[in-house]
Amino acid sequence: MLSSALDRFHDALPETLPGSLLIKQGQPSQDAWHLSRDEEGLPAYRPAIVPLTLWQRHGDQEGLAPWLSSDTVLEPTLVDQLLRAPLIAIDFPAFTDGRGYTLARLLRERHGYEGEVRAIGDVLIDQLYYMTRCGFDALALRDDQPLEDALRWLKPFSVSYQPGVDVREALFERRLRETS
Amino acid sequence: MYRYDTYDQTLVDERVAQFRDQMERYLAGRLSDAEFLPLRLQNGLYIQRHAPMLRIAIPYGMLSSRQLRALAGITRRYDRGYGHFTTRQNLQLNWPRLEDVPDILAELAQVQMHAIQTSGNCIRNTTTDQFAGIAGDEVEDPRPWCELIRQWSTLHPEFAYLPRKFKIAVTGADHDRAAIQVHDIGVRLWHDDAGGLRAQVLAGGGMGRTPMLGDVVCEDLPWQHLLTYLEACVRVYNQFGRRDNKFKARIKILVKALGIEEYRRRVEEEWAHLKDGPQTLTEAAVESARSHFPEPPRRDVSEAAIATYQQLRHDDRAFARFVTNNVTDHIVPGYKAVTLSLKRREHAPGDVTADQMEAVADLADVFGFGELRVTHQQNLVLSDVPVDEIEALWHKLQELGMANPTVGTLNDIICCPGGDYCALANAVSIPIAQAIQERFDDLDYLYDLGPLDLNISGCMNACGHHHVGNIGILGVDKKGEEYYQISLGGNSHDNASLGKILGPSFYREDVPGVIDKVLKVYVEQRHEDEHFIDTYRRIGIKPFKEHVYA
Ligand code: SF4
Repeated sequence: MLSSALDRFHDALPETLPGSLLIKQGQPSQDAWHLSRDEEGLPAYRPAIVPLTLWQRHGDQEGLAPWLSSDTVLEPTLVDQLLRAPLIAIDFPAFTDGRGYTLARLLRERHGYEGEVRAIGDVLIDQLYYMTRCGFDALALRDDQPLEDALRWLKPFSVSYQPGVDVREALFERRLRETS
Repeated sequence: MYRYDTYDQTLVDERVAQFRDQMERYLAGRLSDAEFLPLRLQNGLYIQRHAPMLRIAIPYGMLSSRQLRALAGITRRYDRGYGHFTTRQNLQLNWPRLEDVPDILAELAQVQMHAIQTSGNCIRNTTTDQFAGIAGDEVEDPRPWCELIRQWSTLHPEFAYLPRKFKIAVTGADHDRAAIQVHDIGVRLWHDDAGGLRAQVLAGGGMGRTPMLGDVVCEDLPWQHLLTYLEACVRVYNQFGRRDNKFKARIKILVKALGIEEYRRRVEEEWAHLKDGPQTLTEAAVESARSHFPEPPRRDVSEAAIATYQQLRHDDRAFARFVTNNVTDHIVPGYKAVTLSLKRREHAPGDVTADQMEAVADLADVFGFGELRVTHQQNLVLSDVPVDEIEALWHKLQELGMANPTVGTLNDIICCPGGDYCALANAVSIPIAQAIQERFDDLDYLYDLGPLDLNISGCMNACGHHHVGNIGILGVDKKGEEYYQISLGGNSHDNASLGKILGPSFYREDVPGVIDKVLKVYVEQRHEDEHFIDTYRRIGIKPFKEHVYA
């Protein structure tokens, strides 16, 4: 009994407190967005990132943004809605779940979404570089991740073979361009 | 072979720095075991039964003598002075110390090598035909394409956390020596009537617990689109492959569940957006990749020299045996490819000591333009030997113990490290291979049996490719005891097929006897020069079953 009451209490707390570990455009940063994982109802605070289904119901309200679960399929009607979102968060339920990388690339490269794409959930230092390459520009680190390490390893590589959201040119093209 | 430019070098150097820091954070307790796991796996590092194991990438099996010497030094300084060539054309170290691995990787980087993506749920080392570039039945040299795929897949930001491992194999010949039908993706390069290069793309093949042959996703992809098409194939898998059950996570399960038509539909839908995008290949890009694989500066070999070689083959029975089994025809008259057998009774299949690595590197310099290939049968190949030097090479190989004239025979066993080394094993595999080699060591009998693949895996993971052995042996565990299941009829060459289980498993000491019985049935039933696999296909498993379990 007590524990479920405690759970409810914790659920009611914003998971990402403003000022917790967020890296935006490569810089440590703070912002006002709270994250709510409550599927049932809107949180009291604003601005808030809420589950996609809730956002679809209340998306016209100011200060709400959706987060997508990793198994989201970007159907055309959903994409139309998402393109109007002020921010889109993509959840990593486990850092080994790689679907979020594809979702971010599709939002950026296929659908041209230009707002913030934020990684939430099991976001670890050693994933940040690939996330950035796939189009995430805001990285909400898991609470226990040392920010210093994260900043140090944001960009472990100065060159990449494949194009991504960051570099649009494959290395083989760049080589040809540079030698011609 | 492919030589790094400053970009490739920068990338592997930066990879070493990254992994060194990851290792430090792990040893300092700032990275948990679970979080370190995929990071170390994607740098080739396993934690095995006795010690860590490090799997070093040998991209599509191409190795230089300089690299082999460096590997010899590394095995001496950081390991116990030997290494193990695997069925995926890689090299494994069985005894490195965990904390030494960053230094090992740094030394590898100095000779343009790495261990990137040799393990983990990502795109692995691309494999190909060991006779690429020199085979008479080749329509397109697959190596430049493998290199393009290597670059595309290396540190691919979107595909580092796939549902499961992902293996690609490429062939450009009429006869498939790369076993493309049992890979997650298989690519066969071919020419259409107008001479245009196209790729047949297969998906959903694989071994492991649920072996399957790949289905054709695209029959005739124009070459320009190879990378974008592969990207679409892997993306669909990344999105829809199962992640809830490790044993159902390979692409073969997805392709099977969706059906090849639906999988193809999704790939094509995805590809419609990627096609003609920034990874579309151009003539110039492919030419540049090809320029890394020039013809070596071969010399003329005179008719007289060729005649002398033929005469020697005629006169010297031992030499003739070596040539028949271990020497392969070459597209250039006067040249041959020579296979160095790593199947020796004193060594586990695929094992080579540091001294032997150095000796082989010297041979490669003298006889093979400083290059070697690793085969998925766990042998080595010198791909460009003039016929008038084969006798000299043969003598050197005899001294080294690598001239066993048994390549392609029952004795040329493919075998995983098994229970002697591997933490996942149900049973040992190396002692089984040795027992079989010991029992069937009569060359005349081996030759009489003809080409025969015998493959052994120590568990379901099938690293020893037992499903595609004409005879396959799989270690199984029954209530803590080691048993061996035998299957017949697998084949990894053209017309690939998966073996069928013969029946209840056997005790370890009974295995050679069972193999003997299987061979007796074959010898009795075969038509003249019929190969084992063809006899099996004609008569089916029943006669074998009846005789073995009689
Ligand atoms: S088949 Fe099994 S026992 Fe053999 S190396 Fe692979 S995982 Fe280990």
